[in-house]
Amino acid sequence: MSTNNSAWVYTDTVKEHFMHPKNIWDDDTYQPEGEGLVGSMACGDQMKVGITVKDDKIETLKWQTYGCASAIASTSMMSEIAIGMTLEEAYNLTPAMITEKLGGLPQHKFHCSVLGDKALRAAIDDYLEKNNRENPFRKNVAKIICECKGITDQRIEDLVKNKEATTLDELRDITQFGTVCGKCRFKVQQLFDEYKHIYNV
Amino acid sequence: MREVYLDNNATTPVAPEVIKVMAENVNLYGNASSMHGFGRKAASAIEKARGHVETLLNAPGDTVMFTSGGSESDNNVFHTARTLIDEGSQRKTIIVSTIEHPAIIETCKDLEKNGYDVRYVGVDHFGVVQVEALEKMMNDQVLLVSVMSANNETGTIQPVKELTKVAHSYGALMHTDAVQAVGKIPIDVQEWDVDYLSISGHKFYGPKGVGALYIKKGVPFETFVRGGHQEGGKRAGTYNTNAIIGMGEAARLVMNEPAESREKEWDLRERLRKGLLENIPDAVVNGHPSLCLPGTLNISFPQAEGESILLMLDFEGIAVSTGSACATGSLEPSYVLLASDLDIELAHGSIRFSLGRYTTQDDIDYVISKVPPIIKRLREISTR
Repeated sequence: MSTNNSAWVYTDTVKEHFMHPKNIWDDDTYQPEGEGLVGSMACGDQMKVGITVKDDKIETLKWQTYGCASAIASTSMMSEIAIGMTLEEAYNLTPAMITEKLGGLPQHKFHCSVLGDKALRAAIDDYLEKNNRENPFRKNVAKIICECKGITDQRIEDLVKNKEATTLDELRDITQFGTVCGKCRFKVQQLFDEYKHIYNV
Repeated sequence: MREVYLDNNATTPVAPEVIKVMAENVNLYGNASSMHGFGRKAASAIEKARGHVETLLNAPGDTVMFTSGGSESDNNVFHTARTLIDEGSQRKTIIVSTIEHPAIIETCKDLEKNGYDVRYVGVDHFGVVQVEALEKMMNDQVLLVSVMSANNETGTIQPVKELTKVAHSYGALMHTDAVQAVGKIPIDVQEWDVDYLSISGHKFYGPKGVGALYIKKGVPFETFVRGGHQEGGKRAGTYNTNAIIGMGEAARLVMNEPAESREKEWDLRERLRKGLLENIPDAVVNGHPSLCLPGTLNISFPQAEGESILLMLDFEGIAVSTGSACATGSLEPSYVLLASDLDIELAHGSIRFSLGRYTTQDDIDYVISKVPPIIKRLREISTR
């Protein structure tokens, strides 16, 4: 919450993007070359991103969001940042970049900003797949979470997304995370919950 | 900009009459427990206020204890139950409904964590606790049953009198949290026969930080706030004289309010409901269609998220609340709506309009004109 009680709970930039969102996909004739959908209405937020690509750069990006003001403003800001980026740059776009440009979000609202970049990445994945191209970006954005077993956030994400690990126990059986030093357990659990939320599994 | 306050279930404005009486007595500074004239003046004002509250609840003399608000009143009842169990009561089970206020739900979770036996009675899809459902859970081990008089989110009124009969037939004590009900529907502790009843001043046009607990004569009671002999030794703490005077006046005003003003509130609520449904036909009204507080309207708008609706209404000067997860900071939407089996997506899109004594028809018409374009706009943005 803002410390200034008479001010809005969000920054002026968030307010602007919430009230006047940019690049909305409200046109049924839009023909994206890549499309990504993450989240679910049951979770309270869902985002759909479509892109067209020219010379390996994001030429157009349109989106739809069901969610709170943070979610709407984050997707809108993401669209402004991503258009014109190379696919590689766009793939590496992070929630932190979005929230920074928004002038910050209230602490408990950060999770609302993580869907935008995920939907964008899903759209790029889809674009590359449709064009039968290798995905050279995926491993570059992966972060090692469990150092002992060399497990990345992407591995966890894939296992959750593909419903191979539906519980934390299953995830442990498959990956053996946290079985050596145990330092990563909390972080893994956080990520696991977050991905479950994002992919609605 | 026009301002329309439709969040009276969160808190009400202080009535002008209450402000006047409080202002007149603001310097009644004597400690009401002192024997001298200064203290006696304060004490007599407090007793007058107590009389008004007792009349409002149809409670006999010396059965109403002042507290800091509804949450303390609720906590005191559960503290009493806990103490009885600790001291070896044969009855060790507490039953509450799944839609209680957090002052009770959180207290019960804490009791459970500490090994106490708490059980939860569910509600039907209108959000009403079924008398038979409670009956099925009852046995001679039950010490306390607590079911709210009316729900804060949906406005649904509970059959407290009937539930009390069931609780008593098994020898259990009965508490009701009447914080949302007081001032909106008639309350009669003798007719209902409850053993404890909680109220809060700021929900019926009195000041904040003051409430009361009705304690039937002869029922067990354990002090929660210790340290002084105030309230006949039942609750310590120097009297909050001015707030108590304010709540007393607020109680007096409710008693003098003609029944028609509640009908007027219901008519405005119905005008709002019809006006919204006419423009947004797929909106869903939550709670019971008629067993409902006169001023509460809880509606879900599919494909529009509650916090977004709330903030867009705020830009139009309209104050409401939502059961959406995003507004609470958790990932879970309203447990009250989920308890009555509402679809989770609809819970995320729920808005509570709570009207009050000062709501006008112009206010309602303004809201009816502002809500539909907002829903339309959010649906255009939404993933559909």
